[in-house]
Amino acid sequence: MLVEEKITSLKHELIEYATLVEGMIDKSIKGLINKNKGLLIEVMEKDERQANEFEIKVDEICMALIAQYQPKGKGLRTILMSYKINNDLERMADHAVNIAETALTLIEVPPMTEYVKDVLKMAEITRGMLKDSIDSFVREDSVLAQDVCKRDDVVDDLRRVNRREIIGSMCAECSIMEVGLDILRIARNIERIADLSTNICEDVIFMVEGKVIKHKFDKM
Amino acid sequence: MENSIEIKAEEINFYYGTKQALKNINLEIYENQVTALIGPSGCGKSTFIRLLNRMNDLIPHSRVEGKIYFEGQNIFEENVDVVSLRQRVGMVFQKPNPFPKTIFENVSYGLEVKGIRDKQTIEEKVISSLNQAALWKEVKDRLHDSALGLSGGQQQRLCIARCLAVEPHVILFDEPCASLDPISTRSIEELILDLKKYYTIVIVTHNMQQAARISDFTAFLYLGELIEFGLTEKIFTIPKQKMTEEYLTGKFG
Repeated sequence: MLVEEKITSLKHELIEYATLVEGMIDKSIKGLINKNKGLLIEVMEKDERQANEFEIKVDEICMALIAQYQPKGKGLRTILMSYKINNDLERMADHAVNIAETALTLIEVPPMTEYVKDVLKMAEITRGMLKDSIDSFVREDSVLAQDVCKRDDVVDDLRRVNRREIIGSMCAECSIMEVGLDILRIARNIERIADLSTNICEDVIFMVEGKVIKHKFDKM
Repeated sequence: MENSIEIKAEEINFYYGTKQALKNINLEIYENQVTALIGPSGCGKSTFIRLLNRMNDLIPHSRVEGKIYFEGQNIFEENVDVVSLRQRVGMVFQKPNPFPKTIFENVSYGLEVKGIRDKQTIEEKVISSLNQAALWKEVKDRLHDSALGLSGGQQQRLCIARCLAVEPHVILFDEPCASLDPISTRSIEELILDLKKYYTIVIVTHNMQQAARISDFTAFLYLGELIEFGLTEKIFTIPKQKMTEEYLTGKFG
C-alpha cells in the first residue's frame, strides 16, 4: 500500500473509534435519563475495553507509518495529529465511563429533571461537537473546525448556569447534596469532552493550514 | 495474519570455496507478500536470494547444504529441472539487462524458449506482460525499436515484463532500483506493490527505507546469519534484537 492509502485507512480507523466514543456518550446519557442499568454497564465494561484496543491499534499504526515512510509536510502533520486525536478520544471514552459510573449511583434516586435538563442540552451539543470535529479532520475542513471551537463557549455557559442552580439548591436543601454533587460531576465530564473536541479542531486547523491557534498562540 | 508459505528454507549453509557465506538460515517466504532482505554489504542477502532459483549453481567451487522447499519439493534435488525452476522463480537484477534486441523480442524470447510458437498467443502475452509491468503505454508505438534506446527505468520495467511473460509464481528482485533515479524508483516500487497481488516477491535492497515502504516482511542478515525476521512494521518499530535496532539506526553497517 502507498503511504497515501495507509493514511486514508488510518483516518477510517479514527472514524470508527470516534463513532464508538460518540455511542458511549449517548449510552451513558440515555442510561442516566432512562435509568437503564444495562446500557451503563455496557459502556463501562464492553465499550471501554474496545476503546482501549482502538487506542493501542492507532498508536501502532502511527508509529509504523512514521518509521516506514518518513512522511513529510501534510502527511507528517496528519499522522502526528492522528496520534493526538487518538489520545483525546481515549480520554473522552474515560469521561463517558465516568458519566456511566456516576449515573449508576443515581439509578435508585428519583429523577432530578430540572437539573438534568441543562446536562442533556450540554450532552447534545457536545456529541455534535465530537462528530463535527472528526468530520472536519476527515474532510480537512478548517471552517467546520473553527465552528466547533465556537460551540465550546455555549457548553461552558450552560455548565456555569447549571452549576449555579445546583449549588443554590444544595445550599437551601442539604438532603440533595449527594445527588447534586453527582450531577455536577456528570456536567463536568461532559464539559471536558467538549474541551477535547475543541482540542481536535485546533489540531485540524494546524493540519490543514499549518497555523497554531491554541493558547491564543497567534497573539503571543 | 494467516499467510501460506510459498518457499521454506531449512538450515541453509553456503560456502564460496572455504569461506562460509550463509550460516544455518531458516526462513519462510509467504505467498503474495513482499519479503525484503536487508543487511550490510557481505551479509549474504544476495547469496541467499540467488539460491532461491539456483543462480549460484554457476559459481565455481561453491557448495550448498540444507533444503529449500518450493511447491512441495526441495529445489536442490537432482531431478529438479533448473530451467523450469527459473521460469517459476523469475529474477530481476540490479542493473537493467535487456537483450540487445527489440522491445517486443525481449519479452517474447522467454515464451519461445518455453516452446510457444503461436504468433497470436505470443503477441497477446507480450502485450499483457508490458501492461502489467506498467510499460505498455510508453512503448506501444515502438515495439520494434531496440530495447537499448529505453531509459534506465523503462529498461528495468522491460526486464520485469520479460520475467512476467513466462508466468512465474515468485519474482526475485536483487536491488532493482540501485541504478535508477528517484522517479523511476517510485514507479518500480508502485509496480512491486501492484504485482504482489499476483506473485510472491522477494527483494534484496540496500535502501532500508525502500524495504520499510514496500515490504510486508523483513529479514535482517548479518555476517551470513539471519538475525531477525518478522513483520516489517514490527521490525522497523520494535525490533527484538539489539543488533537490528543498531543497524536500523545507523550505528553500524
